Amino acid sequence: MDFLTDRPIDHVALLRSVESAERGGIACFFGAVRNHHGGRAVLRLDYSAYGAMAEAECARIVAEAEARWPVAVALRHRIGRLEIGDTAVAIAVAGAHRDEAFAACRYVIEEVKSRVPIWKRELYADGTEEWVEPTRQRGDGAEGQGGGVPAGQGSGS
Amino acid sequence: MSAVTDHTTTIRVLLFASYAERLGHDVLDISVPPGATVGRVLELLRALPGGDMLPRHPLCALNLAQVAPEAPVGPGDELAILPPLAGG
Repeated sequence: MDFLTDRPIDHVALLRSVESAERGGIACFFGAVRNHHGGRAVLRLDYSAYGAMAEAECARIVAEAEARWPVAVALRHRIGRLEIGDTAVAIAVAGAHRDEAFAACRYVIEEVKSRVPIWKRELYADGTEEWVEPTRQRGDGAEGQGGGVPAGQGSGS
Repeated sequence: MSAVTDHTTTIRVLLFASYAERLGHDVLDISVPPGATVGRVLELLRALPGGDMLPRHPLCALNLAQVAPEAPVGPGDELAILPPLAGG
């Protein structure tokens, strides 16, 4: 299975791929490219990956989630150039009920961020570019931080 | 390229992102002595131009799985030196 893609992620197709009659709880997470990072205006970014290992690690993460919870998991991560608002990572999880769907979805995004060899280079409005070397810890994504982390990420995940 | 005089085992080193940029290579074939470890390969890399920017304990993957510096390397191994991960 290809978890990495250099083409726009089809959110609906991803959701469809985990839907089934017995799974009534579907959770999804989409991480999108933000227009700011550390107080600087971001124009776009480029993702690169250690492809073979990234694919293997994504497969392991999905298998772990599906072994730990009774769910079906779909995962995609973009590589290449992304513009502001583009979906960088997408996860869809379907289970019989919401508890396992939410738990597995959270597990997958946290493991992706800490284990999958992907890097991003940001291009800023002032014309400079930098590799992003996050000092993040678990759960410091945009949805969980109060703004005090100097080296966050360029996507909403 | 060769970085040591004791040519016994050749392994392939992959560099990515900021590390590839600073060392000027994304693939290096390096000869290492028998019984060499990941840590020894890192020492050899640090001796190369730009190699001083490598952190003390970078993430390393041997044949697609993360390893500790004590792990031995052997002929034909692929050792990847991974900058801090930034996916998601």
